[in-house]
Amino acid sequence: MKNHSTLKKPAINLHAQQKVTGKWHYKSYTVVRKIGQGAIGSVYLCMYNGRPVALKMSEQDAAVTVEVNVLKALKKVQGYRLGPSLLDVDDWTAPNGRVYSFYVMEYMEGQTLGSFIQARGKKWLGVLMVQLLEDLEQLHQAGWTFGDLKTDNILVESNPPRIRLVDVGGTTRMGRSIKEYTEFFDRGYWNLGTRKAEPSYDLFAVAMVFLHIYYPRRFERMTGEPSEKLLEKKLYRAKDLQLLHPILRKALKGKYQTATEMKTDAMDKIKQVQRRRSQYRIKIQQKKTYPVKESLSISLVASVFWIISLLLP
Amino acid sequence: MNAGTLKQILLLTDGCSNKGEDPAIVASLANQQGITVNVIGILDDDQTEQPEGLQEVEDIAVSGGGVSQIVYSERLSQTVQMVTRQAMTQTLQGFVNKELRSILGKDQSMEELDPEKRGEIMEVVEDLGETSDLEVVVLVDSSASMRDKLETVKEALFDLSMSLNARVGKNRFCIYRFPGRRSDIDLVLDWSPRLDGISKVFPKLTSGGITPTGPALRAAMYQFSKKQLRRNSDEEPFDIEETGY
Ligand SMILES: Nc1ncnc2c1ncn2[C@@H]1O[C@H](COP(=O)(O)OP(=O)(O)OP(=O)(O)O)[C@@H](O)[C@H]1O
Ligand SMILES: [Mg+2]
Repeated sequence: MKNHSTLKKPAINLHAQQKVTGKWHYKSYTVVRKIGQGAIGSVYLCMYNGRPVALKMSEQDAAVTVEVNVLKALKKVQGYRLGPSLLDVDDWTAPNGRVYSFYVMEYMEGQTLGSFIQARGKKWLGVLMVQLLEDLEQLHQAGWTFGDLKTDNILVESNPPRIRLVDVGGTTRMGRSIKEYTEFFDRGYWNLGTRKAEPSYDLFAVAMVFLHIYYPRRFERMTGEPSEKLLEKKLYRAKDLQLLHPILRKALKGKYQTATEMKTDAMDKIKQVQRRRSQYRIKIQQKKTYPVKESLSISLVASVFWIISLLLP
Repeated sequence: MNAGTLKQILLLTDGCSNKGEDPAIVASLANQQGITVNVIGILDDDQTEQPEGLQEVEDIAVSGGGVSQIVYSERLSQTVQMVTRQAMTQTLQGFVNKELRSILGKDQSMEELDPEKRGEIMEVVEDLGETSDLEVVVLVDSSASMRDKLETVKEALFDLSMSLNARVGKNRFCIYRFPGRRSDIDLVLDWSPRLDGISKVFPKLTSGGITPTGPALRAAMYQFSKKQLRRNSDEEPFDIEETGY
């Protein structure tokens, strides 16, 4: 999509090996490759003093400045890493003579949530949901709504697997109007709530993120069919999510006021499954003399393990 | 801090004007009156090349001090709200820049400040964008070629009102279509704080091949109350004294 206002600078594209030197702080970054491109500029992997960093540059100065402000504010949330840490903010005079704003942040190595689950299996669903809700809990307590929460903006670092949120472009102060969103994950699009920044806005998106893993091509709202019914149907068909259904359903309906409530439910679910597992172990020991029943209970145990595997590492 | 009312005309069209005065000239007139003119050019989903007529889209927005975007109808909803917001930020930045120039000298603008100061000013601009009241006259091209797009336009406008109504500031919208049956524009929906009601009133009928964009813009301009226009062209609607810049 091209922007046609002449007040806007032309979009900029950096190539590998290109050097970007800041106009104010004189730090020099060497481009390795483009990591991603979105509504607001592009993110590049760069090297700085032999260290990998992520550099975001855009022709929309205002948007860059707004994101930097959010990252600065998140830095002040002590003792908790929310979003990438901010390393530098500067301007660069491009070969075309125009000045572009950019910022440099910690490079986060990881897979997106979708590809992580694909590679490592659905047994990670529960744990990652709890981690995600923990991060949101901190963010909300600091007075912010993440806003543009979507599968692409959730990275999973490995060893140990840990969720990290990227792209604070949509991150909005509580009580204000959501700055940036993506339709599929936006409750407003589904006509299931407002675009006011509040915890339940993010929690709706959390549920959509988990649905998205099983509908990678997404789906659209339908005229004539209430979204609530449609989402319910889609949820029902995503069998891998079965154990999480009650939680996801509640989030879609806006029934959770805080991330803590949703996290508690998710943790209870995990505990409940663990408890059932130990009960079945006892049963196996008691029924050892009945070969038929034994095989039956073994298959029961197997299926319980399968269910547990949906929730646990 | 006291935020005034931002005034915008949002023009949605799929082609080039072919009757009456030059729309770019009308747009610059509107801009002088404190109104921002934004234009969205809608392409058919199967259209691969940009039709020549859509150059006009950019020209109108540039003279109207606004933002323009050419977009496929499937992306209309997100574009409409993005364009409206960008234009608000742009207008507010314009005010701030003017203020900076009066304090720091002729060549000062936000871009020349170091990133640290720019960040602080941007906070102020964002605050203003969230709290200012906003009035939008939506002007929908309803010439024959738009027939298949009106449903999408309706959805996009509904969506726009949802986004803007999540703001702290108040909003007022009205919708006109052009060409009108007997005049340049016909009222579709009178000033209203939200656009929920548009489903019923949105026009199904489309007219023939004339697209009098210029006259329609002029008529749209008059929908902002005359009294307000005069006041705003004389004085700054924003009180940014307290920012300290
Ligand atoms: N600090 C980082 N480390 C590693 N990868 C990153 C980092 N920041 C962003 N990315 C990757 O780059 C992609 C694009 O970045 P980002 O989402 O910030 O751009 P955007 O222009 O705001 O896009 P969007 O359309 O999602 O708003 C992200 O989806 C993410 O995968
Ligand atoms: Mg973004």
